[in-house]
Amino acid sequence: MARRRRRVVGAMTLAVGSVAGSALIFKRKRERNASRADLYFEDGSMLSLSQGAPEADRLLPLAAEALAATGR
Amino acid sequence: MDGHEALADLKQISVQIEAAVIADHGGAVLACSPDDGPTGELLSRLAREIWEAADISRRDLGRDALTQVELSTAQGSVFVVRDDRHVLLATTAPDPTVGLVFYDLKSALHALDGRTGTEEPNVVWQADGSASAEERGDGAA
Repeated sequence: MARRRRRVVGAMTLAVGSVAGSALIFKRKRERNASRADLYFEDGSMLSLSQGAPEADRLLPLAAEALAATGR
Repeated sequence: MDGHEALADLKQISVQIEAAVIADHGGAVLACSPDDGPTGELLSRLAREIWEAADISRRDLGRDALTQVELSTAQGSVFVVRDDRHVLLATTAPDPTVGLVFYDLKSALHALDGRTGTEEPNVVWQADGSASAEERGDGAA
């Protein structure tokens, strides 16, 4: 009886772990795919602007237009 | 090297680049891939508009001169680089190898100006793609 319970608990732990791992991978992938504008400057620095920033919102529609024109 | 040769070389070297246009600062298309007039004109106009919008942001933020721009979306990425005479816009699938794409684009611009082998293109490498309106000064390559 105790052995069966251990097996059930083990299976449930594995299932919960798998779901949590998948959710984490999905979240990271979604974050990586988030729209952003990266501007690089002559001094070697870079500014990354996420969607929602006024500067990014000026640029991202132009990117969408370029990608649509090339079939993406 | 003319625009068509530079673009053909670029497409051969960088498998990540799907479409690209080389134009002069006045908007005249020198070469486009796919080789289609209206698409070339549109991409040339967008290259100019992207650069101008990015430059307005640069001025607003009080930063140094702009060297290159990457716009990343879920559908793909758009890269714009420029030199004294030309502007080059290229598109890729999502999550490209940003540093390599910039290196190949700058090399194409150098080749176009007949500067092959005279100097290495100045490319800024991106450390990581995550960020929300954050600033990095991770150095030039």
